[in-house]
Amino acid sequence: MSGQSMFADTLRRLSRNPLAVAGAVVILFFLVMALFPKCFSEHDPNRINILRILDPPSARHLLGTDDLGRDVLARMVYGARISLSVGFVAESIAIGIGLIVGLLAGYYGGRADAVLMRFVDIMLCFPSFFLILSVVAFIGPSIWNIMIIIGITGWMGVARLVRAETLSLKERDFVVAARAQGAGAARIMFRHILPNTLAPILVAATLGVAGAILVESSLSFLGIGVQPPTPSWGNILTAGKDNIEFAWWLSLFPGLAIFVTVLGYNLLGEGIRDAVDPRLKGR
Amino acid sequence: MGRYVLRRILVSIPLLIGISIITFVVINMAPGGPIGVASDMNPKATAEYRERLKAYYGLDQPVHVRYIRWLGRMAVLDFGDSFSLDGRKVWDKIKERIPVTLLINALSMSLIFLIAVPIGIYSAVRKGSVFDRISTVAVFTGFAIPTFWLALLLMILFGVHLGWLPISGLVSLEYDALSLPLKILDRAGHLVLPVFLAAFGGLAGISRYMRSNMLEVIRQDYIMTARAKGLPEKVVVRRHAVRNALLPVITIFGLSIPGLLGGSVIFETIFAIPGMGQLFYQGVMSRDYPLIMGILTIGAFLTLLGNILADVGYAVADPRINTERAG
Repeated sequence: MSGQSMFADTLRRLSRNPLAVAGAVVILFFLVMALFPKCFSEHDPNRINILRILDPPSARHLLGTDDLGRDVLARMVYGARISLSVGFVAESIAIGIGLIVGLLAGYYGGRADAVLMRFVDIMLCFPSFFLILSVVAFIGPSIWNIMIIIGITGWMGVARLVRAETLSLKERDFVVAARAQGAGAARIMFRHILPNTLAPILVAATLGVAGAILVESSLSFLGIGVQPPTPSWGNILTAGKDNIEFAWWLSLFPGLAIFVTVLGYNLLGEGIRDAVDPRLKGR
Repeated sequence: MGRYVLRRILVSIPLLIGISIITFVVINMAPGGPIGVASDMNPKATAEYRERLKAYYGLDQPVHVRYIRWLGRMAVLDFGDSFSLDGRKVWDKIKERIPVTLLINALSMSLIFLIAVPIGIYSAVRKGSVFDRISTVAVFTGFAIPTFWLALLLMILFGVHLGWLPISGLVSLEYDALSLPLKILDRAGHLVLPVFLAAFGGLAGISRYMRSNMLEVIRQDYIMTARAKGLPEKVVVRRHAVRNALLPVITIFGLSIPGLLGGSVIFETIFAIPGMGQLFYQGVMSRDYPLIMGILTIGAFLTLLGNILADVGYAVADPRINTERAG
């Protein structure tokens, strides 16, 4: 079986899974929203209107206004851009670090493996949310800092995954053959081993984006993530908490967006897992 | 067994050293070093004063000397003085906050155990049934709901609209005037939402975990033997399957400590509960570096302790684990 047909096979299994398809549709919807915000709301997300403070949902402001009279729908639409890109970039950083650490540890084994994996163990000893908050306190909150911090505190799972895959792959005949042909360590790791670990990495990455979006929204909600006036789903909810007695719409809608997006990524991730390895289904 | 515990602790020592090194590095990442905040913002701080301050804190010493000295202070829980106005010892501030956080997390752990384990067992036994499907959907929902959002919604529903539950603090304003039974009721009412929310994340995870353990165990040969000799299904499930499926859950409780600690930052902040999480949040907001590092160190230490307890607990519960060789 060629690689192409295996990919097509997986894609076909994935498209027969209604939950995974639903997840993909949700993700696609928010991606389109992030790319073309003007199609979803004609309001300016940062336009303050003191005459319309905390207006409930109406024909003019479909999801109401916030404590500065800004349109909530517009802030959510532009917030999609921020929340999704933070999730995506942060997880890419995590995957990048995890991939390199895992490949090196698995391929070289011995002392390198021991040192790198002890480092993973040590990183896992810090309660991740505590670690993230501490680092933010030191280097200050900004979108870029948040992406980097979530990335460098979230790579350990991927490293363990890639290491385990590498350990078993490096004994396989095709790797031995590549080495016999004189391929260097870097070439073997990146050309021969890496492509074979992509399926589990894709699953981990999809679930990881969901996790990163949740962490970003928690941080922004606490006021230590994306800083106002830049809208993010999390920091709109901060206003919801401050006005909890008067404005339910400020609390309900942004959280719903986070929930649906995270659910979408989780369903797609689980779907990919089942499609890649049908034997694991239902476990 | 004693030797196993001892060896397990010895193996953790390199981890402990690693934790301390990372913490030390983070402290020295602070803009202007550990004394930056104390002197940079102060217009009266002359260069000479800064040198004196550096010497006072031993910052004129080479890195390894500073590390060793710092380690010595950590060992006796001396995290220094808080940067906040009261300037109290960090450990004293943390110490008085621990019981509340511990109480809420212990209650939520019990809640998780009481609800998640039966759900997991029942969905595994009736795999594919309506109950199993509903609980699977609930688990996926549970994984995706941001806890702080759920907290807001429950506060709006039970606190603002229905007025059943208080939404902030540990006791009401008129607490001191209440009679004893009302005092107890008042405290319990304040705990309902925080405990439920602290448990929420774990409910989904552990019921899912229990379900897959149970499915694993039910396929084993000895279960078939038990069925084949004519035992009623209830006995097979309760006496034979559940016991073995529960074993790995013991480890999960030890391993869930970091998640619970992280979660306590969120729910203690939302509900204005004076626990360790809220203290940590306040420290982060006011850049109280000694406090932040103190709590981070304690958090890492507790996590490591949780890992050890998980391993030891598993070894105690499961005699198949060879404590002579495993290490």
